[in-house]
Amino acid sequence: MRALWISLLAATLLAACAGSPPDEQAGASVEDRKPGAVKPPAAGQTQPVPGGNVARVDLTQPKPPAGYSILRDPKSILSKRSVYFDLDSYTIKDEYRPLVEAHAKYLRENPTAKVLIQGNTDERGGREYNLALGQKRADAMKRMILLLGAKEEQVEAVSLGEEKPKAQGSTDEAYAENRRDDILYGGEY
Amino acid sequence: MRSLLKRLFFLVAVAVAAFSPVAWAQLSIEITGGGANRLPIAIVPFAGEGAIPPGIASIVRADLERSGLFRALETPPLVPALTEASPVNFPEWRSRLADALVLGSVAVLPDGRFEVRFRVFDVVKQATLGGVAYTLNKNQVRATAHRISDYIYEKLTGEKGVFSTRIAYVLKRGPRYELQIADADGAGAETALASLEPIISPAWSPDGRRLAYVSFEQKKPVVYVHSLQSGQRQVAANFKGSNSAPAWSPDGAKLAVALSREGGSQIFIVNPDGSSPRRLMSSTSIDTEPVFSPDGQFIYFTSDRGGSPQIYRMPANGGDAQRVTFDGTYNVSARISPDGKNLAYIARNSGRFQVAMLDLGARQVQVLTDSDKDESPSFSPNGRMILLATVIGGRGILSAVSSDGRVKQRLTVTGGDVREPAWGPYIKE
Repeated sequence: MRALWISLLAATLLAACAGSPPDEQAGASVEDRKPGAVKPPAAGQTQPVPGGNVARVDLTQPKPPAGYSILRDPKSILSKRSVYFDLDSYTIKDEYRPLVEAHAKYLRENPTAKVLIQGNTDERGGREYNLALGQKRADAMKRMILLLGAKEEQVEAVSLGEEKPKAQGSTDEAYAENRRDDILYGGEY
Repeated sequence: MRSLLKRLFFLVAVAVAAFSPVAWAQLSIEITGGGANRLPIAIVPFAGEGAIPPGIASIVRADLERSGLFRALETPPLVPALTEASPVNFPEWRSRLADALVLGSVAVLPDGRFEVRFRVFDVVKQATLGGVAYTLNKNQVRATAHRISDYIYEKLTGEKGVFSTRIAYVLKRGPRYELQIADADGAGAETALASLEPIISPAWSPDGRRLAYVSFEQKKPVVYVHSLQSGQRQVAANFKGSNSAPAWSPDGAKLAVALSREGGSQIFIVNPDGSSPRRLMSSTSIDTEPVFSPDGQFIYFTSDRGGSPQIYRMPANGGDAQRVTFDGTYNVSARISPDGKNLAYIARNSGRFQVAMLDLGARQVQVLTDSDKDESPSFSPNGRMILLATVIGGRGILSAVSSDGRVKQRLTVTGGDVREPAWGPYIKE
């Protein structure tokens, strides 16, 4: 699973590179520093050690998120992105209401923000029926977010059915983990 | 003594050939059950067939045995070799308990190609049933053998054979998903599409040239139509939300799909290029897995409108839906037999998902399998077999069961999971 994500990420990054405007492809600028040009550091200051001229591009590591975002702040409820469902059910349980309300509020206050809601199911049963069931789960969340004031164009609900299980294996625990909606913000998918 | 040794050597050679890992075979087939009354048939190695390996007669023998309707008899090579033109000693073949006999020969043509001739005999009636000659090159040995099998099968059973047809399925190996096409016996697999995202629900166009399927390469389910020969792909449905469950109309002009563009999972008709989507009906429940009846008049589909997933039927132009399945609380993935008389689907019985067959006239249900994670049934074009995906020992495999449940086969791939099979149509010349 991890390997899959890494390959996907690599593919995404490659695609992103391919789409960059030409001036970004001109190569990293190299600062010309003559040996004597480096001033001794003032007391209490440190300077980075000058390294080689090769910038490391590591596609195997996830891209660090750019800057602070409340969406990723572990202290914010907005960093919680998953709700879980009972077997064969597409009803969002009351315990997830604060989570859904928080995301709806964020979308109201940030009208350019967009989310993709991905519905998932456990592996039991037909793939296409599970795809439809996952869609119902994603739709349930979308409907709730729209009722709470977000705009239709901000929210897309799709299903991954049983095709992208987060938990592997055929145990009740794995099944419970996989009966799930995930909320992804623009740039996260 | 010498002839006995010769016979022994032949048997050993056949055994070695049968069990050696062959380069072309990705899927390997194991017959796990056979019909009670299998017709004993002698298929004598064709004279001169050593010129075009692997032996034509052995491929024909394997084809016919796999159908579960035939039992191939041991036929040691005879000196001089018999050909389709040899006089037939019927009493001797009868004493070997053969009901049918196939004799043939391979000749090299002046242009370097080959000619295969063969003849089928009814040993009991002491009569010839017919024969054919095929011209082929070295790459067409398997295709030719499958045609010979089709001919013999039709002569002896009265129904068309499906040995020349192909199957599509998805092979998952590590993070890779490959949509593969193989001969009906699992040999000669070719990859039509490789992806790092899931591929599901392949559906053959009626002419066998295109496959519709669902790919997740855009991070959500999108329906594509893929031309097999050119590799050209066209988006057939990529609307907001999920797009899935493609099924061809019998004339190949339309696709039925499940779309969530207006919320939920609802059935639409689209052109194969994605134009003119038309919603077939309106419900607040799950409607998915549409499939046309062979006459194009009806669409069968899965819906949970009655509280649990069941199969329903509605006119293909729209109209009221009638419930079709009533037993149990989970019946999905309907497929109609080519004659329109039977419905194969996946039924959940005490937590086990199995292939069930409903006789639409008599309204009788028969469970055909004893596995417990069956999915994606599809009929062979002659309606005799049903191909399905199941899980054995934690591994996804393909399985086939005859429509009476008596013959069973297993197709496995080493180092991968096989799933989402679809049996292709007859190949038109």
